[in-house]
Amino acid sequence: MGLIRAQNRTTAVATLAVLLLGSALGLIFFYAPTDADQGFSQRIFYFHVPIALTSYVCFAWGAWKALGVLRATEDPERVERNDLESYVAVHLGVVFGALTLITGSIWARASWGVWWSWGEDQLVLFLVLFLFYCAYFMLRFSVAPGRQRANMSAVYALFGVVLIPVSFLAIRLSKKFIHPVVFTSHGPQMATSQLATFCVALAAMLLLFATLYHVELAGKRVDIRLRELRELLT
Amino acid sequence: MIRARGLGKRFGERRVLQGVDLDVPAGGFLLVTGPNGSGKTTLLRLLARLAAPSAGELELPERHRLGYLGHDPLVYRELTPLENLTLFARLYRIPEQGERVGMLLERFGLWDVRHERVASFSRGMQQRLGLCRVLLHEPELLVLDEPTNALDADGLALLDGVLADDRRTRVVATHDPERVGRLATQRLALA
Amino acid sequence: MSYLADVAALARKDLLLELRAKETLPSMLLFVVAALAIFHFALPAGTSHAAALGLLWSALVFTALLGLTRAFVPEREQGLLDALVLAPCDRSAIWLGKAIAVFAFLAAAEVVALPAFAAFFSSIDGSTVAAVALADVGICTVGTLLGAMAVAGHARELLLPLLFLPLAIPIVVGGVGASAGAGPRYLLFLVLYDAVFSLLAWGSFEYVVAEE
Repeated sequence: MGLIRAQNRTTAVATLAVLLLGSALGLIFFYAPTDADQGFSQRIFYFHVPIALTSYVCFAWGAWKALGVLRATEDPERVERNDLESYVAVHLGVVFGALTLITGSIWARASWGVWWSWGEDQLVLFLVLFLFYCAYFMLRFSVAPGRQRANMSAVYALFGVVLIPVSFLAIRLSKKFIHPVVFTSHGPQMATSQLATFCVALAAMLLLFATLYHVELAGKRVDIRLRELRELLT
Repeated sequence: MIRARGLGKRFGERRVLQGVDLDVPAGGFLLVTGPNGSGKTTLLRLLARLAAPSAGELELPERHRLGYLGHDPLVYRELTPLENLTLFARLYRIPEQGERVGMLLERFGLWDVRHERVASFSRGMQQRLGLCRVLLHEPELLVLDEPTNALDADGLALLDGVLADDRRTRVVATHDPERVGRLATQRLALA
Repeated sequence: MSYLADVAALARKDLLLELRAKETLPSMLLFVVAALAIFHFALPAGTSHAAALGLLWSALVFTALLGLTRAFVPEREQGLLDALVLAPCDRSAIWLGKAIAVFAFLAAAEVVALPAFAAFFSSIDGSTVAAVALADVGICTVGTLLGAMAVAGHARELLLPLLFLPLAIPIVVGGVGASAGAGPRYLLFLVLYDAVFSLLAWGSFEYVVAEE
């Protein structure tokens, strides 16, 4: 029963994601106005920033589940469940992170003619986070599966999520700004149509994450069940 | 003292222990036997609170009422016996630690070498120091994993003395049930 | 307080171990001086003071990594974490004792490195020294925790640089900024980093060494 409900939920989320992605693409290419400075290539912004924000959400979700791992000391099943969920979230965060770096690089190339800019602090610090979370996987590969690995992954995921604001502060400290500041303390400096497109794109990316999350989790759980059954038979 | 029902342990998908039931009263002596790879060490680590069960229930004394001696004697090789035991006496909050440490070192024949680095000792002497460490805080439950392995003749005699003491509960895993098992009140053979 | 006595006993143990083994501290001293010498040859003539400072911080971070990698070796080689973890003392005392010991080694290496830097390149001022001291706190608290993690796996020493370097980057940003005299904000940032991550490390250490 639970499985069927989960499947229905995943299908609903997936459908919604597809709808929103379709709408977002339509809005991005046909509705949003062309930017005066950067022209058509500015539209990459509608991909780049929502993807970046979504990867932050992935890492935050992973950290939330990591807290679940650390709190569930007496219950091995809850530890495993939360560990798996945290791992999938971090994994997707790294995927979205890689996409952020790629889209950011394309945007940099289109806007300023360079594939990478070290003076571009926000991009650089995203690279730092990306490196950090790749080390997460090295950590998991290095330790045998079990409670200790779950605990360590959880602690590391928590360190990661704390690193995000600390890194933002480090950016602000370094004064070089090539990255156009779109959201200032006075609110978004965008026209209404641009803001609408951005919001739809953001919602679409978040739902894409949700879909991939549920699909990957379901797949991994089936894998685990299969292996358990195989062990019982031998 | 120890109660286990359906105790199981797995590492990822690898199932090492399954369906173990135990009832060891205070003062009992449980002997655990079995071939290599049967899970003896894993079971002992579970009983020493160094590993958590994957399935089943396990009731044990608090971790500071336990004493564990694994395959390694668990002493710092670059420190002297005196420094080693003083450190653990401090961590276990033992009152009058000087006296207790001295008494144990004498009992296990290490008083004369108390200021020499453990690295210069034979394996048998290191194991004897390990026994001192394990008895330092007078644990209610002693968990010893193959304690006879490294000991020389003197050491084995001292170990017999430790094992004969029925004021504490003892769990011992061994390859040599003849020698060690004479005093056992219960046995568990792992497959 | 009992907790502080535990920490003192454990820190004393780590310092004693190094005093006897004489492996970590000499390597760190040699490494940092050799690195600075290499940097002198690697930099083209007329390099700015700021660039040289950047290399100082690189040398410090990698020297620290050397010390941190050795930090848990006694416990790992002899399985001693099992014995320490069963004691009734708070497990975070193990972390704090070891972090203090690593801090001592790092400070000793810097007592040599900073004058060497001043001799090879250009003089350093008070805010550099303050930045180094603050950075050391962050390096030791975070690095000790990560060292315990690295040692539990089979990649061992190979894993620690991967885990540590991303977290060291904000430290370097703060340190270089402070050394270059770009304002007290950088020192404050280092204080923030230290406070936040030390607290996190202190609270999470017991989970890292918890039961399997």
